[in-house]
Amino acid sequence: MKLVTITEIQHKRMVKSLKLILIFAILLAIVFVISMNTGTVRLSPQEVFDTLLGNSSDKHHIILYQLRLPRMIIAIMVGASLAISGAILQGISRNGLADPGIIGINSGAGLVVLLIVVMKPTSTGVNPYILPLFALIGAALTALLIYLLAFKKGEGMTPTRLLLVGIAVSAGLSAVSIILTLRLNPNEYDFVLQWNLGNLYGGNWSFVLALLPWTLLLLPYVYYKSHVLNLLNLNDALGTSLGLSLEREKLYLLAVAVGLAASAVAIGGGIGFIGLMGPHIARKLVGPKHQFMLPVTALIGSLLVLTGDTIARSIMKYSELPAGIIITLIGAPYFLYLLIKSK
Amino acid sequence: MTTLVKPVKEKVKSEEDIVIKSRPIFAISIIAVGIILILIGMVTSISTGAAGISFSVVLDAVFHFNPSLEQHQIVYNLRFPRALTGALIGAGFAVSGAIMQGMTRNPLADTGLLGINAGARFVLVVVFAFYPNMEFKYLILFSFIGAGLGVGLIYAIAYFAKGGLTPLRLVLAGAIIGSLVKGITQIISLVSGVSYELAFWSAGGISAVEWFQVKVIIPWITIGLLGAIAISPKLTILSLGEEVAIGLGQGTKVIKALAAVVVLLLVGASVSTVGGVGFIGLIVPHIVRFLVGVDYRLIIPCSAVVGAVIVVIADIGAKLINMPYETPLGSIMAVLGVPFFLYLARKEKRELI
Repeated sequence: MKLVTITEIQHKRMVKSLKLILIFAILLAIVFVISMNTGTVRLSPQEVFDTLLGNSSDKHHIILYQLRLPRMIIAIMVGASLAISGAILQGISRNGLADPGIIGINSGAGLVVLLIVVMKPTSTGVNPYILPLFALIGAALTALLIYLLAFKKGEGMTPTRLLLVGIAVSAGLSAVSIILTLRLNPNEYDFVLQWNLGNLYGGNWSFVLALLPWTLLLLPYVYYKSHVLNLLNLNDALGTSLGLSLEREKLYLLAVAVGLAASAVAIGGGIGFIGLMGPHIARKLVGPKHQFMLPVTALIGSLLVLTGDTIARSIMKYSELPAGIIITLIGAPYFLYLLIKSK
Repeated sequence: MTTLVKPVKEKVKSEEDIVIKSRPIFAISIIAVGIILILIGMVTSISTGAAGISFSVVLDAVFHFNPSLEQHQIVYNLRFPRALTGALIGAGFAVSGAIMQGMTRNPLADTGLLGINAGARFVLVVVFAFYPNMEFKYLILFSFIGAGLGVGLIYAIAYFAKGGLTPLRLVLAGAIIGSLVKGITQIISLVSGVSYELAFWSAGGISAVEWFQVKVIIPWITIGLLGAIAISPKLTILSLGEEVAIGLGQGTKVIKALAAVVVLLLVGASVSTVGGVGFIGLIVPHIVRFLVGVDYRLIIPCSAVVGAVIVVIADIGAKLINMPYETPLGSIMAVLGVPFFLYLARKEKRELI
């Protein structure tokens, strides 16, 4: 971390940001408690508390520890990863509408996961630790393809072309996915559909462990690169004159954004709009400075996914409603609003 | 990545060009050749499939139908309606795309990309989930409503957006409308448990089309196509830009409303039989404009014919690519359309944001 000279305004900003980070952390904690009580089997706060202390029935213990908690922790990690991934993409492309879902990175990861489901030899299920790696391959190839297609000699990669190319690639990948999907039997189809819609795997600590290293390694790295993202927000000429090799930094950050999105998508399924909403709301609240904006972004992302998942669990009593749908219902109108408002 | 080398040919006219260049002779020959190709394509389509049927039997079934022969039954009840529907929806989607491109002056305006197809599909799914036994002639009305909602939403966004809708923002809006509608559609299919059955249909496939559906859509598509031809002279003026149109004393509101009705009829009827098929309306008008110029009196009928040819041929591919499985038409069109879309996205010189 570079030390920033703290002027009066900066100091105010910092105090405000810290306040907000605290507020969101408290909100997240509140939703977490509510979420623990919510589901097909409702547990009262008292029962949750008893279970946590370890004096309750086995049934409650299983529900909480085996089903609910891992799912909630995954929701928190997925939300933070997707939101930060979006923040990076928006920073790199200087386009407020960039999001890993919109530019097709999610579909790339999703297609590979689908391939694995289609080709898996037996019904033993898919190894959770392998899944993010495969998704990463898919996401990275997609990102590379988008980058190459959006790149033009003499112009580099314009934000507009990046988005358009992303939409096109996304459409192509969806078409291939559909062809594959139609070869599935109803059970496999159901798994893929649920996964595609962003249904967080319940009841599996191994998925938590599979996602954990990605989140723990990549999020701090992005924070460490805050100053670079700040410079990227200015224009390229200024950045270069300040002694940054911009293209290289951009590529590193792009790789990290892809890694975050891929791991989140591999475990949490195709949840869209988090990468769009998180950074936007954070910027509105604390301004564009990434040192302050990134933590708020991550918290908002977590809050959104955890809330979405909790709502999804409370609405559908017998079949699982994916969190991704709930988030889409909130995110899509928000996006259209941004689209109309942007100059 | 090498930049695409452009052939030194006459480029498609930019909208700044007020001079209308058109090639009527060319257009008439496209229509004539196209109709012949449609007929050849339909006969080929009817004879291909899981059970191969020779051309002579196909012609026999058409001209000397004998209900006691199984092959005649297959031709008459399954293959023929399918081929005919392919031609109809090809024309429908292509003309809708041409209208939207002319009206929004946006090279990327395709009813699939704009979320209009998704709108029609959405309302159909809702009705399908709650009234699975509704008669098709009433079901199609809901499809019109859905397509109308899609068009209305695009109009509304264009109206409220600051600085109008650039191609990029239009496509983004369409993508988002699409994903929103998909989300709601999926909730409904999850709740009502029809998702597996709906998967194929919403991927765009014509395999299960029957006569009763064809009979319902023929009049609607015909009305839509005639309507499109009727408004085509005004579309040409509108495609030169709002200011020019107003300068020439043309009221734009009425034309936009009429165009919306035509699009919702064509899209609603097409989606109700085959689900959402995108990219036909993106590709076809570009090819046609390149060939016949910028006069919509020529673009509309030529788009109808070229769209029909492409879909009839693509549907033969749908049967053959992955025998014995069907490949959804929507996916085939996307695989063909995406490179084209990429080409347009890279070619775009103007600032799109």
